[in-house]
Amino acid sequence: MSINPKKNPVDRTALSVAFTVGLYGAAFGAAGVTAGFSILQTCLLSILLFSGASQFAVVGIMGAGGSAISAIATATLLGFRNALYGLQMAPILKVGGLKRVLAAQITIDESTAVATIQENDEDRKHGFYVTGIGVYIFWNLFTYLGALGASAIGDPSVWGLDAAVPAAFCGLIWPRLKNKTQFLVSAIAIAWALLLTPIAPAGIPIITTVLLAVIFGVKK
Amino acid sequence: MSAIWIAVIGASVTALPEKWLNKPGFMRINALVPIVLLSALVAVQTFTNKKELVIDQRFAGVIVALIALRFKAPFPVVVVSAAITSAAIYNWF
Repeated sequence: MSINPKKNPVDRTALSVAFTVGLYGAAFGAAGVTAGFSILQTCLLSILLFSGASQFAVVGIMGAGGSAISAIATATLLGFRNALYGLQMAPILKVGGLKRVLAAQITIDESTAVATIQENDEDRKHGFYVTGIGVYIFWNLFTYLGALGASAIGDPSVWGLDAAVPAAFCGLIWPRLKNKTQFLVSAIAIAWALLLTPIAPAGIPIITTVLLAVIFGVKK
Repeated sequence: MSAIWIAVIGASVTALPEKWLNKPGFMRINALVPIVLLSALVAVQTFTNKKELVIDQRFAGVIVALIALRFKAPFPVVVVSAAITSAAIYNWF
C-alpha cells in the first residue's frame, strides 16, 4: 500500500481526518490523568480500547466515583456502533485471521466514514486502512502528550482542564444532533442525570439514560 | 441440554441481531444511545461535585464551547476556548 497525499485525493482526506481526530487524543490524555488514571492506564485505553467516546466514558465515570461495571457497560453500549461498521466493512475488506483482528481494531467512525464516501472498493479499502492506521498513530501519540501535560499540572482547575473534558464531549455530541427529537432527548438525558446524581450511586445516572434512548427510539 | 436444543437456541439468538439491524426502530435507538450517554456525561462533568449539584467555572467553559460549536469552530478551538474561560474564572474570581 503506498500513500501519496499529493496525487491521491483519498490519501488527502484520510490523513487530514487522521490528524484532526488525533488531536482529540490530547484532550483524552488530559481527561484520563485528571480523572485519576496513571499515564500508563490512560495510554492503554487508547492502545487497546481505541474508541473515543467509550474511552471518555470510562475515565468520566470512574473519575466521578462510579463502579467499574457501570463504566464497562456504558463504554460497551457506546461502542456498539462499531459492530455495525464491522458488518459494513467486512465484505469490502475480505480479510481473515490476524489481519481481520487488526482490521477490526481500526474499525471506527472515521475509517468507516472515509471508506463509505469512496466510489469503488479499491479506494474504500485504501481509505479505510490509511484513515484507521493514521488515526491510531496520531490518537495514541496525542493521548501520551496530553497525559504527560496534565500530569505536570497539579490542580486541573487552574488550567481549565475541568471544563475542557465536558467541552470535548460536547464536540462529540454536536454532530449527532440533527433533529428536534434528538435535541429533546439530549435535554431530557441531562435533566435525568442531574436529578439522579444526589440520590443514586455514581455511574447510574449516566447508564440509565439508555432507557430514554429505547423509549424515544421505539415510540415514533 | 441436547445439542439440538443448543443449535435451535444458538442459531435463533445469533439471527436476532441480523433481523433487528434493519428495523427502523432499532436504528433510531442506536442513533440515540450515544446522544443520551454523552449528554448525561456532560451534565455530570459540568454540574456535579461528588454527589452535589454545583454551578461553577466549568459551566462558563461549556457555554463558550457550545458557542464555538454553534459557529462551526474546529475541535481544538472548542476545547481550548472552554479551558481558557474556565481557568480565567477559577484563577481570578
